[in-house]
Amino acid sequence: MPATKLSKAATQDQASRIFDLDVSSLRELNQALHNLTPGSNETAWEVLHPKGSHSVAVGVDQPVSIDVRGSVGYYCGGMNSGSTITVHGSAGPGVGENMMSGAIIVKGDASQYAGATGKGGLLVIEGNASSRCGISMKGIDIVVHGNIGHMSAFMAQSGNLVVLGNAGDALGDSIYEARLFVRGKVDSLGADCIAKEMRPEHLELLQGLLDRAGVTGVKPSEFKRYGSARTLYNFNIDNADAY
Amino acid sequence: MCGIVGLFLKDKSLEPKLGEMLSEMLVSLSDRGPDSAGIAIYGAPSKNEAKITIQSAKPTRDFRDLDIELAKAIGAPVSIAVKSTHAVVRTAPAKIDETREAIQALRPDIRIMGAGDVVEIYKEVGLPEAVVDRFDLRKMTGTHGIGHTRMATESAVTTMGAHPFSTGADQCLVHNGSLSNHNNVRRELIREGMKFETENDTEVAAAYLSSQMAHGKNLGEALEGTLSDLDGFFTFVVGTKNGFGVVRDPIACKPAVMAETDQYVAFGSEYRALTKLPGIDNARVWEPEPATVYFWEH
Repeated sequence: MPATKLSKAATQDQASRIFDLDVSSLRELNQALHNLTPGSNETAWEVLHPKGSHSVAVGVDQPVSIDVRGSVGYYCGGMNSGSTITVHGSAGPGVGENMMSGAIIVKGDASQYAGATGKGGLLVIEGNASSRCGISMKGIDIVVHGNIGHMSAFMAQSGNLVVLGNAGDALGDSIYEARLFVRGKVDSLGADCIAKEMRPEHLELLQGLLDRAGVTGVKPSEFKRYGSARTLYNFNIDNADAY
Repeated sequence: MCGIVGLFLKDKSLEPKLGEMLSEMLVSLSDRGPDSAGIAIYGAPSKNEAKITIQSAKPTRDFRDLDIELAKAIGAPVSIAVKSTHAVVRTAPAKIDETREAIQALRPDIRIMGAGDVVEIYKEVGLPEAVVDRFDLRKMTGTHGIGHTRMATESAVTTMGAHPFSTGADQCLVHNGSLSNHNNVRRELIREGMKFETENDTEVAAAYLSSQMAHGKNLGEALEGTLSDLDGFFTFVVGTKNGFGVVRDPIACKPAVMAETDQYVAFGSEYRALTKLPGIDNARVWEPEPATVYFWEH
């Protein structure tokens, strides 16, 4: 078995295009990624020594895989459309901001507003996420293996946020329509966010999300669902305090 | 924006490299604040001398023979080491207040950056790299230090508007954010007898902490007070003679990342400020929680 693994790794190495940010500039990396055209054979990319750089692999719009070896700064994988980006380290603020499709996997922790305004795709954070995770999410699926910070899913509009750990204060504040699944405790719910019943379709949806995020040994029934009470959709003077 | 760094050494063998490490950290955050930069370094204590860091826009005029005139004025030996627009005046700890008054009487144009047993403060307008080179900060040694690169929002781009702000002996503070109730707090502190050099909101935060500590609070308790008494956005990193503290406001939208190893505790506005520190790959790295005080003391 080890031999098979080695030979597979060797083939991948040959095929993958390596960008060492100690040698090349970030602009060269992003430009090379933007130059990709449909059907390109350069499907595997590796980024070395990111050293907390901002905007690593933003705006990629081809279905390639990008392995980033180390921690990144702001907006890694922003606007991602179709690529699979794996950060073998932690991610700074705004990882996967405005993602359209594809996947981003962060092996470490993520900073503030992970997956903000994302319209699609899957963002997996294997460590913890910080405050405002999934703020204004518009269709993205986010799975956090650890905890999330305060004001997460603030004004969330669509998509799913799955948290295996705990959530901080004001979860789902002013939420519109996204589904929030939390396995641990929630410090407090924000305005218009309420606990909701887990129906069979939600258990099924959640199982699918856990499978896609590579989560094993965790049952959908261990989660609670939260979502919008829909009382703030239209202005009503009785709700003035909640706005 | 603005960028903050801080480094508190636990391992004495790193002390000769403090200036170099802190300078690297600061320069890495240049694009968070290109208008001015500053650094406060806590050196080794000496029993028989205390230091005052002074600044002048006309150093050749103001610093010439100042040591001789000060020695005569206070009746004790005084030494002066000039670095560009700054100079460090050394004298007996018991004479420090007298020396301060004498400086202001003899050279009204000199600005006092800070004073204490161990702290030295260097700050100027310009890019961090230029400020680091100007004062040869990479060569400095010490136990801990803080630094700041500023994008001015609340007051003018001047030397005095740069951080760190020091308002008490060996105390100083750097800030990312903006305070909304600084005018009120300043008025209250003025009533208590505190003096202000600028219209800057951060100077108010520094003076607030000095006032709290003058009332007997320790650094941790004083930082706790900022959460109820100061309004606005802030990440503060604070140095005292033997301590290092961090606090973020309850909203915590200003970025912060910390790292701890057996050798040091480090703070940066962004992770990239920490990437050159020794052993960073195996450090415990975390984002400080909102409304939570962190502090370390030697």
